[in-house]
Amino acid sequence: MNRLRAPHLLALVFGIAFLYLPILVLVLYSFNASRLVTVWGGFSTRWYAALLQNQALLDAAWLSLKVALVSASLATILGLLSALALARFGRFAGRTLFAGMIAAPLVMPEVITGLALLLLFVGLDAERGFWTVTIAHVTLTACFATIVIQARLVMLDRSLEEAAQDLGATPLRVFLAITLPMIAPAILAGWLLAFTLSLDDLVLASFTSGPGSTTLPMRIYSSVRLGVTPEINAASTLIIALVATVVVLASLLIKRDALSRT
Amino acid sequence: MARKSLGNIRRSFAPWADPAAIPQVRFESVTKRFDDIAAVSDLTLSLYPGEFHALLGPSGCGKTTLMRMLAGFETPDSGRILLDGQDLAGIPPHLRPTNMMFQSYALFPHMSVFDNIAFGLRQGNLKREAIAARVAEMLALVKLEGFAGRRPDQLSGGQKQRVALARALARQPKVLLLDEPLGALDKKLREETQYELMDLQAELGLTFLMVTHDQDEAMAMADRISVMERGRIAQVGAPEEIYEMPANRYVAEFVGDINVFEGVVDEVKGEIISLDGRHGPIILDDPDPSLAIGQTVSVAIRPEKISITLEEPAQPTNKMTGEIWDIGYLGDFTMVQVKLDGEAGQLVRVALPNRSRRAERPIAWEDRVWLSWDVEAGILLRG
Repeated sequence: MNRLRAPHLLALVFGIAFLYLPILVLVLYSFNASRLVTVWGGFSTRWYAALLQNQALLDAAWLSLKVALVSASLATILGLLSALALARFGRFAGRTLFAGMIAAPLVMPEVITGLALLLLFVGLDAERGFWTVTIAHVTLTACFATIVIQARLVMLDRSLEEAAQDLGATPLRVFLAITLPMIAPAILAGWLLAFTLSLDDLVLASFTSGPGSTTLPMRIYSSVRLGVTPEINAASTLIIALVATVVVLASLLIKRDALSRT
Repeated sequence: MARKSLGNIRRSFAPWADPAAIPQVRFESVTKRFDDIAAVSDLTLSLYPGEFHALLGPSGCGKTTLMRMLAGFETPDSGRILLDGQDLAGIPPHLRPTNMMFQSYALFPHMSVFDNIAFGLRQGNLKREAIAARVAEMLALVKLEGFAGRRPDQLSGGQKQRVALARALARQPKVLLLDEPLGALDKKLREETQYELMDLQAELGLTFLMVTHDQDEAMAMADRISVMERGRIAQVGAPEEIYEMPANRYVAEFVGDINVFEGVVDEVKGEIISLDGRHGPIILDDPDPSLAIGQTVSVAIRPEKISITLEEPAQPTNKMTGEIWDIGYLGDFTMVQVKLDGEAGQLVRVALPNRSRRAERPIAWEDRVWLSWDVEAGILLRG
């Protein structure tokens, strides 16, 4: 392994500081005893306690969690199906179009997706709330799940599935006994990715939510416009902790899976 | 074709020579194309019960495609494949009475050795105890008792190969398909495993179809070899026939090493053909009624069939002079290259067995030598 030399170390420190210093400040001030955001008044966890009293914030957090759980699950199922279509069905009419359309949400400006979905829901006269936000999040996150699962399927040795079939397993049995367990880490990683994306989405939720269905990022955003309170810092710190845990878990899963295949 | 048979080779097992024998597997005019390129074209081949058959050829010759069609992973574009008289068309791989050992072994990494071997048995209606008994029997067969609980990544290459073999045999297939079965093993282990596979095949009396690009492997193990060339069979025969009586230049060059001499036919007397070669007259004992006087033909001589002498041999033909160009000591034999006299200066490869340990080499670089061979050593190359 290369030793870190001074210039490298400096670059690393600056890079990390650039990315994470604001977050660190936010986390630090969530433990601030003072109500003033910019003045340090000693260590305290009072804002975390206050958080538990803030019913509006808790409701928003609960809604966000429900949306994230349901949308991540739907996105993973859709992602698995489209990944199977792309990786296993060989060439079919419209495959290139299909592959392109699946990747499109990656580069599509969220504002446009949000507006389009809003127009659709209004046109369908759908009541905006939990389900419209969930569906909007599925449209965004299904492509991420697809890409993660497809990458694993492509790497999977086809002869494993052929061997199972050769040994008398029906195609369904092959899928359940061989393919699914082999790609399980990727499915889980895709789910976790979809979960975090849904949890911190503001733009799509703003377009597609209705009255009484405010997600946590929306609640935080609207609170901040009225002035930052340490309570919001505390809520944000918890979200960061949750998202960081989930992302680390997902990357560990992918890494371990990659290692086990070498 | 009026070819001489090999008198000195006797085979007790040769059902293909018996017109009454019923083949177990029959490929009938099978053709398979991938994107307009014929991987297998109009190929007909019969395999007999209990035969160890090798499909030999370079990569891309269609040997793997042919095997995969029998397993059901590829569908022929035309022609039929019959197993015990039954047309296999439309039967999916999981319903075919064949099992395959994959080149990569394809052991299920998330299952133990036991579960790998039991996988095929669990697809039927077998009872738990019956499955356990059969797995134990298979483990004993491949000498891996005590390994049932291991995971594939805890096994060596040779052990993985045995598990793959046990798994493929567990369901008692009618034909066992082996895709480059020894390709992933090192040389020492390969030789050992080679003989074990042969013993196993003889013990079980099963029909084995093996795909390989390694001629030594095919020669050592198979009862018969099909040498394949671009989707067709160039020659089918016992290893000795393939080596000593190759049907054409492709087979002669692919299986073993050859030296090729050109010559013009100047006399055909019974079974003896006389040629006027560039380096002297050549006589060979390989009749072909289609030969005409004045025709230019090629003759192949295997390196081990040529003798090197310092004195001129007594025989009037099949001798040439040259200079030692290169000596490669390979342990069991020495490969000598001799540059023939004359303008062309063709290089001839001669294999000399190293029979005694400390014998002084009779020849050295730049020695003037005579090369000679018997009348029956020459192979007339067709095609």
